[in-house]
Amino acid sequence: MARNGGVAWMRTTEKIDGYDLSTSDTEEVHVLAVDDSLVDRKVIERLLRISSCKVTAVDSGRRALQYLGLDEEIQKKETNGFDGLKVDLIITDYCMPGMTGYELLKKVKESSAFREIPVVIMSSENVIARIDRCLEEGAEDFIVKPVKLSDVKRIIDYTTTELREGEQREGTRAKRRGINKRKQREGDDDLSSSPPSTLSSSTSSSPSSSIQSATAPSSPSTLDSPTRRLKMTSSE
Amino acid sequence: MLGLDADRLRADLNRLLAFLFHQGILDEQYLQLQQLQDESSPNFVSEVVNIYFHESEKLLRNLRSLLMDREFSDYDKMGIHLNQFIGSSSSIGAKRVRNVCVAFRTASDQNNRAGCLRALELLEHEYCILKNKLHELFQMEQQRLLAAGVRYPMLN
Repeated sequence: MARNGGVAWMRTTEKIDGYDLSTSDTEEVHVLAVDDSLVDRKVIERLLRISSCKVTAVDSGRRALQYLGLDEEIQKKETNGFDGLKVDLIITDYCMPGMTGYELLKKVKESSAFREIPVVIMSSENVIARIDRCLEEGAEDFIVKPVKLSDVKRIIDYTTTELREGEQREGTRAKRRGINKRKQREGDDDLSSSPPSTLSSSTSSSPSSSIQSATAPSSPSTLDSPTRRLKMTSSE
Repeated sequence: MLGLDADRLRADLNRLLAFLFHQGILDEQYLQLQQLQDESSPNFVSEVVNIYFHESEKLLRNLRSLLMDREFSDYDKMGIHLNQFIGSSSSIGAKRVRNVCVAFRTASDQNNRAGCLRALELLEHEYCILKNKLHELFQMEQQRLLAAGVRYPMLN
């Protein structure tokens, strides 16, 4: 299941060497998808691949931790920090036997090595208390199932933006060392162009989420886009 | 001649899909699955749906054997099966099946055995309808492709 791709290696060595090969537009985001349902794993895998991501899909929180190297029972040896492909995003179902998505979220956020990885929770239940709890624990976003392409695109958009911002901060530090001026200029261009694309993907997905809340009997009609509403609140 | 057949079949296919939407048997999530199908993944929808059939039939067997047990009392276990069924049904757009599962879960939450039995009958019936209709859809799609003379690149 763990693939040794060249891409994440390259990005890390870029940071270490501090000079820019600047292929951040074509580098793929690597997503770890966690869901006990085979049907949902198939669908989320396809949604992510179509959105140009690398995907590793596992069927439990336990296996997710093993993949990351966080499982207490299987200690991975540190070999200059890399045992597999670096994970850029974790997307997990909430309701799973054994370890829930919430418990997985907590374990990831408690770990010093992996707490920076954004975690998105998926659930077929549109429960405010559940959403709040996950966001409070540090979840990046909460998607009500069934997951759509617009949901995935939105998440990948801001994950990519955050990754680029992270690299731009790296570039800024390198600049103070007198290197990497070109990278910082490109980073500025990226930042100025990304907010509009996030906004447009938000507006394009709102009609579909209002249809969704109309057809799903269990979801309150006032919650057309819980994630967006809550995300705006948390950023205030 | 081939072209005309393909057009007619496509019209029939769309008519069947419209019927299924109108009846609430399928919802927009099914369209989402169709959008994920392309040349790189030409059988995506039927692959996912076949996994769904396989899992659903296991769940239905489990539900039936739980309720047929005279000493049955494990409503929590039934709730778990139903949650799985609700989740996978909503993921493929099986709206009516999903709705019956939700009603079934309510009866289960109330420990209402008679209500659960009624819900199970209805669920098996709805599932049967769904499976037949989806098979019909896939057959028509196959026929349409043949009539359109679609050729896929030869893979060695």
